[in-house]
Amino acid sequence: MKEISCKLLVIGAGPGGYTCAIRAGQLGIDTVVVEAKKPGGTCLNVGCIPSKALIHVAEEFEKVVQMTAGENPLGISTRKPELDLSKTMAWKDGIVGRLNSGVSGLLKKAGVKVVEGWARFRDGKTAEVETELGLQVIRAEQIVIATGSEAVELPSLPFGGPVISSTEALALTEVPGKLVVVGAGYIGLELGTAFAKMGAAVTVVEAQARILPQYDAELTRPVAKRLRDLGIEVLTGAKAKGLASKGAALSVEAADGQAMTLAADKILVTVGRKPVTKGWGLGAIDLDMDGRFLRIDDNCRTSMRGVYAIGDVTGEPMLAHRATAQGEMVAEIIAGRKRAWDKVCIPAVCFTDPEIVTAGLSPEDAKAMGFEIKTGLCPFQANGRAMTLGKEAGFIRVVARADNHLLLGIQGVGAGIAELSAGFSLALEMGARLEDVAATIHAHPTQSEGLLEAALKALGHPIHI
Amino acid sequence: MGEHVIKLPDVGEGVAEAELVEWHVKVGDLVREDTILGAVMTDKATVEIPSPVEGEVVWLGAEVGNVVAVGSDLVRLKVAGDDKGSVARDTSARAPAAGTVQPSVPATPPVGDAVARVPLATALPSPSANRSAQAAPPRHFVRGGARPAGEKPLAAPAVRLRAREAGVDLRQVPGTGPAGRITHEDLDAFLAQGPSQAPTPGLQARTSVEDIKVVGLRRRVAEKMAIANARIPHITYVEEVDVTALEELRATLNKQKRQDQPKLTLLPFLMRAMVRTIAEQPSLNALFDDEAGVVHQHAGVHIGIAAQTPAGLMVPVVKHAEARDLWGCAAEVTRLAEAAKAGTATRDELTGSTITITSLGALGGVVTTPIINHPEVAILGVNKIMVRPVWDGSAFIPRKMMNLSSSFDHRVVDGWDAALFVQRIKALLETPALIFIEG
Repeated sequence: MKEISCKLLVIGAGPGGYTCAIRAGQLGIDTVVVEAKKPGGTCLNVGCIPSKALIHVAEEFEKVVQMTAGENPLGISTRKPELDLSKTMAWKDGIVGRLNSGVSGLLKKAGVKVVEGWARFRDGKTAEVETELGLQVIRAEQIVIATGSEAVELPSLPFGGPVISSTEALALTEVPGKLVVVGAGYIGLELGTAFAKMGAAVTVVEAQARILPQYDAELTRPVAKRLRDLGIEVLTGAKAKGLASKGAALSVEAADGQAMTLAADKILVTVGRKPVTKGWGLGAIDLDMDGRFLRIDDNCRTSMRGVYAIGDVTGEPMLAHRATAQGEMVAEIIAGRKRAWDKVCIPAVCFTDPEIVTAGLSPEDAKAMGFEIKTGLCPFQANGRAMTLGKEAGFIRVVARADNHLLLGIQGVGAGIAELSAGFSLALEMGARLEDVAATIHAHPTQSEGLLEAALKALGHPIHI
Repeated sequence: MGEHVIKLPDVGEGVAEAELVEWHVKVGDLVREDTILGAVMTDKATVEIPSPVEGEVVWLGAEVGNVVAVGSDLVRLKVAGDDKGSVARDTSARAPAAGTVQPSVPATPPVGDAVARVPLATALPSPSANRSAQAAPPRHFVRGGARPAGEKPLAAPAVRLRAREAGVDLRQVPGTGPAGRITHEDLDAFLAQGPSQAPTPGLQARTSVEDIKVVGLRRRVAEKMAIANARIPHITYVEEVDVTALEELRATLNKQKRQDQPKLTLLPFLMRAMVRTIAEQPSLNALFDDEAGVVHQHAGVHIGIAAQTPAGLMVPVVKHAEARDLWGCAAEVTRLAEAAKAGTATRDELTGSTITITSLGALGGVVTTPIINHPEVAILGVNKIMVRPVWDGSAFIPRKMMNLSSSFDHRVVDGWDAALFVQRIKALLETPALIFIEG
């Protein structure tokens, strides 16, 4: 096949790669993006989007189930609902499909050439792609590595048969009767909760001492309570040892060292994600690493001139919006603009029930960095809107410097709180102080008033708490 | 025509209100920018209020003698321009004042031409002063002082982007916004004036107090020191010792020592000298039970060696130094020091001393005033060995000199005996052969 020469080659069309390619195209850069699967990456195809679709369906279903309980405080009663998960999946696939073509359309509109296939580096300026039509060689002045990440496999529980990753969990057409989730990180708890709401008997096995270990205990407490209320059994300090009963059960070593067996129709392993650093010829270009990740600087440059890396392959937090921001920045750098990574915060959302949002520094982080801090917390029990939603669990918490009241972090846990994350990030990115938030009118009645109240609390004069 | 409201500015130092002492204008007067409108008095100073704009006085908010709260309306002016503009200006001028966290921090003097109203404009960042700054851009106040060194500059994303594109390092740009935030205007000023106006990162007053609980070993040390210092009247005696010969001997022995022998420091020599001296003056190797009124004079010489460990001060004890030779003392000191540092020293190894050596020699220091390890009666402090000129009768010659700073419990040890003890040790150390000669 004829060689392609271009100014910019992007390897991987996930949220980082496709954004980089589109922005580069907009800036008039001759750009090629290579993707072996469908455009959109993990996020769009097997991550954020389909999981949120499934979580939404589970929530809706559970709401109706609550209405059949007879003691519904809202005064609604109805017949027992039924769920056809294969229809749910079709609906979800429809959304994914629409977004796939949306991304393809945007790439096309930006004048980006898409090559389907698996890319491998030959050297720092050349990659070869195995396409359906044969080997395609692409020469590029600049290359952006956006290969993303993949689910970590447990050696004792290789994927296959009843052992599934989140990808397979998002394509199940029947709700498993008994689901065991290994790993109580955000992916495991999001999916575990969704399947529990859809009727599965769910057990979560976590090796560490508590769920969502990367968040502080205050934030995860409402989630732990909700898991209990949903009848999800959480075994902390427990290790998954392997399959038992010919694959119909999981053997587990409990916290007290006792061996136990958990019957399971499906075993969902969500013990983290790892960067994809194999299979695309990292050896051929020998880039510096930062642990398991590619080492980058604040311009997303790797150790090789003209080779950039963005997204999950470059480190934590492995979040789509980080990759997107990096991708946009790199495209502009390649277009000759002066840019550097100077973000104050990368917000993170955990779509558990209730949802968790973190932006900026937690109180512990801030103290560890040597800041003297003030914190303020507004529980949703003190929020009118939360009451009218029947979702009073959770709170919003602000962390600010004690000396000049500069906001260092905003965290929250509560129903639907993900949508408040924009305000949190904006406040931090703009360098807002407690007084700025306290003096901003927050519309009533909304959950966002919790932020105002938390700021007032930190200032020492809350109205409602 | 619009209306411009002048509020009583924050006159600083936590003052919430001020007394109006005079009006310089009346309703109907036309005022120019910087015309003095009146004056207010706090218990600290009289402050003149200038007009930030040109206009006609339509309302005065107080009579002379009234006490006016900071932030309340003082004067209304009819000004040219529409309402909206003046309202917006008013708001923008008020915001920084509300955000002035440290009103007592002196503002950097204004840049550019002289500011008419000196007392208010320079000493007190106030809404009206700031408003006149807006009318005349060169009058630019730095609020809240310079950014502490090493702190990240605070700026909104759009400001950061503009700075980057203009090739400006925001660390060089002073921020006038709340919490030192760098505004677009700050960046404009920086671009117009260049980096020469930028203050260097300032020294910041720190006001934090960290509470550290005195627990564990630290508390034990604190209690012991308190007892020792409260009960024992110390007499400290300092004498210099010529250790030139001792150092030569030590170097020779270290050069010739066997592989399995420890490296000799000064300590084992001192310990052996103490053993010799204590044989002659046993009253110094004793524990004084002051409640019972008994001095327990010990036959065994158990020498505590004060050692700094990661956990704090520890005093491991070389038991029966009288029964250990030079190498034996050295080996035991090395072993105990390592055990103390590693935290593996046993209780037995950390108690039972009858006399103590403290050495800060490695850090230097001419003299120490050692605190006795209660209930002992003597402690020897070793100071740094330094080459000093010594008069030998005909010339100054360089000698290795070391001070011994020793404290004694003056209740049971007379100054004479203390001096005798130190003089004897000095004699042994200066002629080290004497340490080893029997009889």
